[in-house]
Amino acid sequence: MSMLAAVADMDRLTSGEALVAQNVAFAVMAITMIASALRMVTTRNVVHAALYLVIVLSGVAGIFILLGAEFVGVTQVMVYIGAIVVLFLFGIMLTKGSFGEDDGVSGERRLMAGLVGLLVFGVMTAALVDSFADAELAREAPSTTAEIADSIFSAYIVPFEAVSVLLLAALIGAIVVARRD
Amino acid sequence: MGPVMGTLTLAVELAWWQQTGIRAVVGLLAVLLPAGTLVYLFLFKMMSFMQSRLGPMEAGPFGSLQLLAEVGKFLQKEDIIPEKADRIVFKAAPFVVLISTFLLVLVIPAGPDAWFIDVDTGIFLALAVSSISVIGILMAGWASSSKYSLLGGLRAAGQLVAYELPLVLAVMGVVIQAGTLNVQEIVMAQATGEIFGWGGIGNPFIITQFLGFAIFLVAVQAELTQPPFDMPVAESEIVTGYLTEYTGLRFLLFFIGEFATAGIFSALAATLFLGGWYVPGIDPTSDLFNVIGPAILLGKVILVAFLIFWFRFTYPRFREDQLQQLAWKVLIPLSLANIVLTGILKVVF
Repeated sequence: MSMLAAVADMDRLTSGEALVAQNVAFAVMAITMIASALRMVTTRNVVHAALYLVIVLSGVAGIFILLGAEFVGVTQVMVYIGAIVVLFLFGIMLTKGSFGEDDGVSGERRLMAGLVGLLVFGVMTAALVDSFADAELAREAPSTTAEIADSIFSAYIVPFEAVSVLLLAALIGAIVVARRD
Repeated sequence: MGPVMGTLTLAVELAWWQQTGIRAVVGLLAVLLPAGTLVYLFLFKMMSFMQSRLGPMEAGPFGSLQLLAEVGKFLQKEDIIPEKADRIVFKAAPFVVLISTFLLVLVIPAGPDAWFIDVDTGIFLALAVSSISVIGILMAGWASSSKYSLLGGLRAAGQLVAYELPLVLAVMGVVIQAGTLNVQEIVMAQATGEIFGWGGIGNPFIITQFLGFAIFLVAVQAELTQPPFDMPVAESEIVTGYLTEYTGLRFLLFFIGEFATAGIFSALAATLFLGGWYVPGIDPTSDLFNVIGPAILLGKVILVAFLIFWFRFTYPRFREDQLQQLAWKVLIPLSLANIVLTGILKVVF
């Protein structure tokens, strides 16, 4: 029996076994993610930073799967690890900065980066606490791909298409900016 | 999960750790056995026959134990790490590639009850984890701190990203026709399908999705960085690219990874297009398939792998721009057209 189906049979909020297993898995992933995230911003080697990012993103995928959002978790691996980090690494390796330590980070930039980071952290915390403070995990079975497809192509069809057009516009814009002839 | 599990779960209820142990062992076998078979049958023997020579003949009958001798040879060699290499990344790179390979094998079913995991996202999960290997290759290319390795790594990344699109898009046709991402249900859809009301051989998707099958095979060839798509490891241009600095065991790991992935992609193609563990004439829910399913699947894997290696030993290397043009200007538009056509026909019929 698959692990997801096994979890689906238990009540995810009251069944002791499922809860312990989930908590242990969450703790392992969360600690790994926090440690990698810290190393990612403190390391002086850009390639190492990108590789730490891979660990953080795999942790995110793992947490999605733990929450029963299997499709989102797999998409996380496909899009972020398989495509975006690969493009990061590709771009970094074409520059000279990928070899040896990069000491180009000045104090002024560090201050600005810290400020932005603090601001993002504040806004995200406020938004998450505001909307999910008393929310409980859905007690139903993990969401299936078919359900996600149904909701994207019926209830959320307009925002979905709008995002697609936006991404297309960004793509065309990038090509126009990059073209010289 | 192999025939063992299918029958055992009926007889005795195994603890979670026992099931996991069996899964790990069977998974190891499912990766290594097809890989070894492909190396011996195709790399050693078929290539030799195509070049009018015998190939290995000394170790064992018809040289069948040559593989063990090769493994022994690699294990004896010194594990050299270049002085300026990034040691940790250099050491970790082959394992990242292997992780991708071992995760890939999980979704392939070998019988109605013989699977590792029965996930809803099935084939999507397989294509997602197959993209992790690119990171391992980039790590190897960069950490070696050698010009040839870096060039090879960059070539590999550009190629793998470009050919992942046709790979995914070619599978879409099958998914639309089967109406599911779950690999086991895709096999069932082929086993119980009918061709214009005639269910004699089921409905293997290679008939309706032949274009998808062809695109899938070409994209797999490029994903495996095999000739004619072997620019990332072109020995005459960049001294085997990202593998230049690897020796001994670590080179062996890359080598196993390459051929194991060849075997697993063949298994994916066999499952998606040739009906997987099913053969016509037996009821697809029969327990018999838990026993003979793995053998049937292996037979189909060898059939698909034969095609892959036949192309490998026949065609000369592409040029870098030809490679990108083939992906973006031929394969991707063709696979998009295939999706549109399949969608229309699915709605009409």
